[in-house]
Amino acid sequence: MSKIKPEDLDKIGEKIKRTMLLREGSCRVKIIVHMGTCGIAAGARNVMKALMDEIEKAESKDILLTISSCAGLCSSEPMITIEEKDKPAVKYVELTAEKAKAIFAGHVLGGKIVNEYALAAGSERTL
Amino acid sequence: MPHITNVMICTCTNCISNGALDIRDSLDAQIKRQGLQDDVLVVPTGASGLCVNGPILIVQPEGIFYQKLKGKDIPNLVEEHFLKGRPVKSLMYVPPGEESPIPELRSIPFFKDQRLIALRNRGLIDPDKIDEYIARDGYKALAKAVTSMTQEEVIKEISDSGLRGRGGAGFPTGRKWDSRRKDPRTPKYVVCNADEGDPGAFMDRSIVEADPHSVIEGMAIGAYAVGASSGYMYLRMEYPLAVKRIQLAIEQAREYGLLGKDIFGSGFDFDLQVFKGAGAFVCGETTALVASIEGKIPEPRQRPPRTTLWDKPVVINNVETWANVPVILNWGAKWFAEIGTEKSKGTKVFSLAGNINNAGLVEVPMGITLRDIVYNIGGGIPKGKEFKAVQTGGPSGGFLPASLLDLSVDYEQLDEAGSMMGSGGMVVMDENVCMVEMARYFVAFTNDESCGKCTSCREGSLALLEILSRMCNGEGKPGDIELLEELGEAIRDASQCGLGQSLPNPVLSSLEHFRDEYKAHIDEKRCPAGLCKALITFNISEEKCIGCRLCAKKCPQEAISGEAKELHTIDQDKCIKCGVCLDACKSEAVLVA
Ligand SMILES: Cc1cc2nc3c(=O)[nH]c(=O)nc-3n(C[C@H](O)[C@H](O)[C@H](O)COP(=O)(O)O)c2cc1C
Repeated sequence: MSKIKPEDLDKIGEKIKRTMLLREGSCRVKIIVHMGTCGIAAGARNVMKALMDEIEKAESKDILLTISSCAGLCSSEPMITIEEKDKPAVKYVELTAEKAKAIFAGHVLGGKIVNEYALAAGSERTL
Repeated sequence: MPHITNVMICTCTNCISNGALDIRDSLDAQIKRQGLQDDVLVVPTGASGLCVNGPILIVQPEGIFYQKLKGKDIPNLVEEHFLKGRPVKSLMYVPPGEESPIPELRSIPFFKDQRLIALRNRGLIDPDKIDEYIARDGYKALAKAVTSMTQEEVIKEISDSGLRGRGGAGFPTGRKWDSRRKDPRTPKYVVCNADEGDPGAFMDRSIVEADPHSVIEGMAIGAYAVGASSGYMYLRMEYPLAVKRIQLAIEQAREYGLLGKDIFGSGFDFDLQVFKGAGAFVCGETTALVASIEGKIPEPRQRPPRTTLWDKPVVINNVETWANVPVILNWGAKWFAEIGTEKSKGTKVFSLAGNINNAGLVEVPMGITLRDIVYNIGGGIPKGKEFKAVQTGGPSGGFLPASLLDLSVDYEQLDEAGSMMGSGGMVVMDENVCMVEMARYFVAFTNDESCGKCTSCREGSLALLEILSRMCNGEGKPGDIELLEELGEAIRDASQCGLGQSLPNPVLSSLEHFRDEYKAHIDEKRCPAGLCKALITFNISEEKCIGCRLCAKKCPQEAISGEAKELHTIDQDKCIKCGVCLDACKSEAVLVA
């Protein structure tokens, strides 16, 4: 390792910025994948993996992906909830990896609710 | 792709002794078993603060706080929370006297009312990874100082912030630096005082264990400001984990060129080495500390006018003082000076201990009241008992009674009340603590730790100890109180260093606030708290005893007689006053008088 310059500090920080944001719990958008037994059985893990890939590709540092339990609508799993600061949370139902990608592009990055897959606005707490 | 869950496991010395490393191994194994190793990352961190409840996990990003973990909890925890997203309530923190748990760390009163500056990275970074420190703005202040500020500008910023020493005396840090900068002799040194000899205190150890780079960066900035090129980290040998972490941190900083020659290409050179002290309390005193580094007998010396190391200028600051420095440069003196009171700026870290529900490490803004610390953050006194006193400032701090609970915690107010800020020990005592015995305990400590150079300290503390021990043994005499006061004042006035000057504090302050208790010991041969063995007897109440034989079975002296369902009695000749019967009785029938 050669000696670092002041501007290198930011580069080092940038590399693990997302991990640090996650630990601080701060973000612009939070995507919650519901991972109850029902969700997992219906394919929630695939949805989650797809979202993880999308976040990676988008190189965005202000999006948090986290998991929560069954959202109560087991017949409509897999489900995700998208929470943005100062906006009502939106739930998406009966997802596949493809739909999740569309929601990521449209809602998370584009800021527009993807009505086609949305259930309704509103959210319970993660607990 | 980073993981979606980071499990921060506290691996401070306390939590490790409670089994944190086994928990970590078990977590790793279970995460693998569930196939979650790409989702969940386990990160070892320094102290999270509430370490009496360790081992502790904080699960991010949700901020769920788990405590008192056992190996057998882990398979279920991993499956429920990390696989299925259902946090496990039974492992969460339940506030004293309540039933439902609080899941999120930020909602727990212990954490909620704290303000973290020196402990800014606690629970957030792995102390062994310099990149994580850097990602939290680490070494930016050093870069700023050496590339864009003059020495005077750095010192002005520190002076304007109002930062005062966190190691005891509260001397203005900027002023100390300025005087060393102006000293023409070279080379100059900076030293970090991590001797931390107060019994029960672990603030400084925690900072070094949790965030070693914050101290290194602070020292490098100080060195730049005064023109020093080498520094010592003075740590006691009894802190092996802290020694290990700081050594690794120093190596990492060197690899990045953050220590060594020509830092950030500015021409500024600075390097740092660890000095392991043998762990005498007096070595925390600056002149004794430098003597120890010089290889001499660590006795406090006269210092006309300033402490030197090898006859050269040296800046000695406490761990917490150093850890504050980078934040002040990053955020500005003005920001810092807005926290706290008029003369005491910023925050202070305390180790909260004794009869308190949430014992642990807290960082609070100066000016907070003792009541807020004891009741809001500390969660009050266990078992619904009454608060009696709080000692601030370590073994030679004073005892403050309930009437002073609304005192503002700052240097001036604590001094005025007969105690001190010290380095941040805070011991809470409930109604069952005897003030005479407590004063005796602390004088026994300081007597033991006195280096013996000043007669007033060496012999004076012994004389205090003898009188206090006599009182506790029921042999107190009229005139003892006055003698204690006279002696205490003489020791204070005649001793050379802070150890002797402050050791009478526990005695003098308890005499001021709890004089009746001393009188009861002398005049009535009675210990009001029911603690001094020579002054109490155990008896069994005729009305309350149900004859269950529980106490009789437990008594190690077989001093309790009485058939089942009949009144029991204690044979006073056999009784050793151990109190086992008192704890065993379920009917509150054992009386202490
Ligand atoms: C007996 C005695 C023990 C001390 N122990 C410590 C200690 O463990 N750590 C510490 O930082 N300061 C200790 N001090 C205070 C130091 O003498 C000194 O004031 C301090 O390290 C200066 O740093 P600061 O200005 O950053 O507080 C002790 C003082 C005395 C008299």
